[in-house]
Amino acid sequence: MAAQFDLKNDGVVVIIGSGAGGGTLGNELAQKGIDVVILEAGARHEYEDFINDEWDSFTQLAWKDKRTTSGDWRVAKDFPNLPAWIVKSVGGSTTHWAGASLRFQEHEFKTATTYGKVKGANLLDWPVTLTEMEPYYAKAEAKMGVTGTNNWPRLPGNNNFKVLKAGADKLGYKECHTGNMAINSVERDDRNSCQQTGFCFQGCKWGAKWSTLYTEIPKGEATGHLEVRPNAMVIKINHDASGKVTGVVYADKDGKLQEQKARIVAVAGNSIESPRLLLNSQSAKFPHGLANSSGQVGKNYMRHTTGSVYAIFDKPVHMYRGTTMAGIIRDEARHDPSRGFVGGYEFETLSLGLPFMAAFLNPGGWGRSFTTALDHYDHMAGLWIVGEDMPREENRITLHADEKDEHGMPIADVHFDDHPNDTAMRNHAYKQATALYDAVGATRTFPTPPYPSTHNLGTNRMSEKAEDGVVNKHGQTHDIKNLFVSDGSQFTTGAAENPTLTIVSLAIRQADYIAAQMSAKTI
Amino acid sequence: MVTIYERKPGLSRRELLKRGGVGALLVISGSAIISPEHAWGLETSALKPETMATLIQLARDIYPHDQVPDKYYAIAVKGHDEMAAKDPAHKELIEKGIAELDKKAGKGGYRGLGWEEQRVALLTEIEKTPFFQAVRGGLVVSLYNQKEVWPIFGYEGESYSKGGYIARGFNDIEWL
Ligand SMILES: Cc1cc2nc3c(=O)[nH]c(=O)nc-3n(C[C@H](O)[C@H](O)[C@H](O)COP(=O)(O)OP(=O)(O)OC[C@H]3O[C@@H](n4cnc5c(N)ncnc54)[C@H](O)[C@@H]3O)c2cc1C
Ligand code: SF4
Repeated sequence: MAAQFDLKNDGVVVIIGSGAGGGTLGNELAQKGIDVVILEAGARHEYEDFINDEWDSFTQLAWKDKRTTSGDWRVAKDFPNLPAWIVKSVGGSTTHWAGASLRFQEHEFKTATTYGKVKGANLLDWPVTLTEMEPYYAKAEAKMGVTGTNNWPRLPGNNNFKVLKAGADKLGYKECHTGNMAINSVERDDRNSCQQTGFCFQGCKWGAKWSTLYTEIPKGEATGHLEVRPNAMVIKINHDASGKVTGVVYADKDGKLQEQKARIVAVAGNSIESPRLLLNSQSAKFPHGLANSSGQVGKNYMRHTTGSVYAIFDKPVHMYRGTTMAGIIRDEARHDPSRGFVGGYEFETLSLGLPFMAAFLNPGGWGRSFTTALDHYDHMAGLWIVGEDMPREENRITLHADEKDEHGMPIADVHFDDHPNDTAMRNHAYKQATALYDAVGATRTFPTPPYPSTHNLGTNRMSEKAEDGVVNKHGQTHDIKNLFVSDGSQFTTGAAENPTLTIVSLAIRQADYIAAQMSAKTI
Repeated sequence: MVTIYERKPGLSRRELLKRGGVGALLVISGSAIISPEHAWGLETSALKPETMATLIQLARDIYPHDQVPDKYYAIAVKGHDEMAAKDPAHKELIEKGIAELDKKAGKGGYRGLGWEEQRVALLTEIEKTPFFQAVRGGLVVSLYNQKEVWPIFGYEGESYSKGGYIARGFNDIEWL
């Protein structure tokens, strides 16, 4: 039975956000017998409620509260109030996500050492190594049912994958397969196997794709040590005179402010909301926001170097049928500066339905050049580029000077400028992907600009030294012992790989650390 | 709600043609736009029916799909009439925008320009205006989010109720 804890119970661990980081941490702690309250800003929709319709699903699940943007990235022009495409719902962005689950490469934990000085980039080595992370990656893969690990078969390739594979073969790429996906290729964990529905981004109605909503959360609730409180938007973290955090203030479903006491607070609201909350929790003792003695809270915002390439063929493809992202080429993920940039990138299959294709293919575009592309929608194949972008101090989340949300909390501004390395990498990827589709007989290709960010990283980064970042190697803030960060905002650098497997691995590792510290009574 | 009449309009085809067509296809009668060929009509409440007829042409020029009938463009821009009814500022934005477009087009107005290129040349001039932005921005959703147009593009939509594509061609590509 799901637990219910009193607002005054100051023995609980309060986790803010129920997505990849928060949902996983909550279950891991509950399994160890630790009492947890997860406060989640969004509502609870179970997977039967998901909608196979792009805009309706977006309305149901996405974070739509206003944000502002600045900087030279194209998203700021095309989607000035939608810098990120992420979720406000129990399960967080693991309801929307596609399931691609890759481990980082060894050198990606040591970018400052490996890449050397890159002008205008705030590179730093992670305080953890791949070797330290490996056992946790293994646990995460087992928990999430990642295909191609633990003897689980990979998913069968859909039409979009077959086009990708044919092009990869023609170009001589060696590592191309249907990916490591946190999607059941066989029934397991009391959940269905993938039925190739093709609406992975809209929430998997079969429950085949891993989401904290129907894995971690109900498992945690079953222990009797976890309560998930939906429609609870945290606006401030409180602390005492000694600087220890004591609880959080949140707006409940009626907009009424409540205070939940806590022994430990873990922030997992994704990389825009987490720093927003820390900054908004400023006080006389911490005038620049909580855990911000380094001044790094909100800085080093990363979103991966992304872009898509779609191609039209003279014969049908029907790319939208089947698993959205089960297809990958990994050959370009290596670090090879001879290509004109540091770090690497992955190619992954991607498809959008007609409504989203119209909105995202060339935002603002119109006329025949645009519409003749859509005329051949069923003859299209597509892929997504996801590569390592450079952390920069100027790329940051700040509190808006005068605009506030319905609870009186300043809204977030997201500033982003592409680093020349990002641009060089994106152009390289556009060229390679175009060549790939041309090799299979594409009659027209479309280098498509980045969408609002689905991967949001780095704004509370991990560092060895307190002056370089916000949290230590366990996600514990350098400044406040009982305050943790448990989401992708911990990332020191972004790596080429999709982030969620690493977020989940870090959360499992953090749960071990928190439990140990609690029994040692250090927190 | 969008009022689209599926039945034959009350006027005879001859009568309609006498009243003068919108392009070759649409006819304005009272507060309605009628497509005699395709037996549908659209009633306006706040905007002038001529304005609505021009909006329909404008929508087609912005997102031209020759295989998509006018009816879907009409549904896509109908929202401007509803907004205009609620918001005088919106009504002015649209009426003024169309009037200026007509003026730019000279005698015969925007709809009088015979070639798409001629109309597009005018649109390119006003591309940055709030009027154009408002029409285009809404249209990208209101046109392409109509389930009825999806089959025209070969998009099959919802698939869960049909058991996904596992037995319906997720990997049926043959030409590679
Ligand atoms: C369309 C799409 C496809 C994706 N595909 C992939 C993929 O294939 N592979 C991959 O690795 N990643 C993918 N991602 C990214 C992945 O979803 C995220 O990296 C991951 O979910 C982030 O985890 P998180 O815990 O940081 O935040 P989230 O999962 O976003 O969870 C944060 C939660 O915190 C809540 N919250 C925020 N602020 C507050 C507050 N103040 N009070 C209370 N609650 C709050 C939010 O409502 C949200 O539910 C995809 C994302 C999207 C949108
Ligand atoms: S394709 Fe598979 S994983 Fe994606 S939504 Fe359908 S069943 Fe779920």
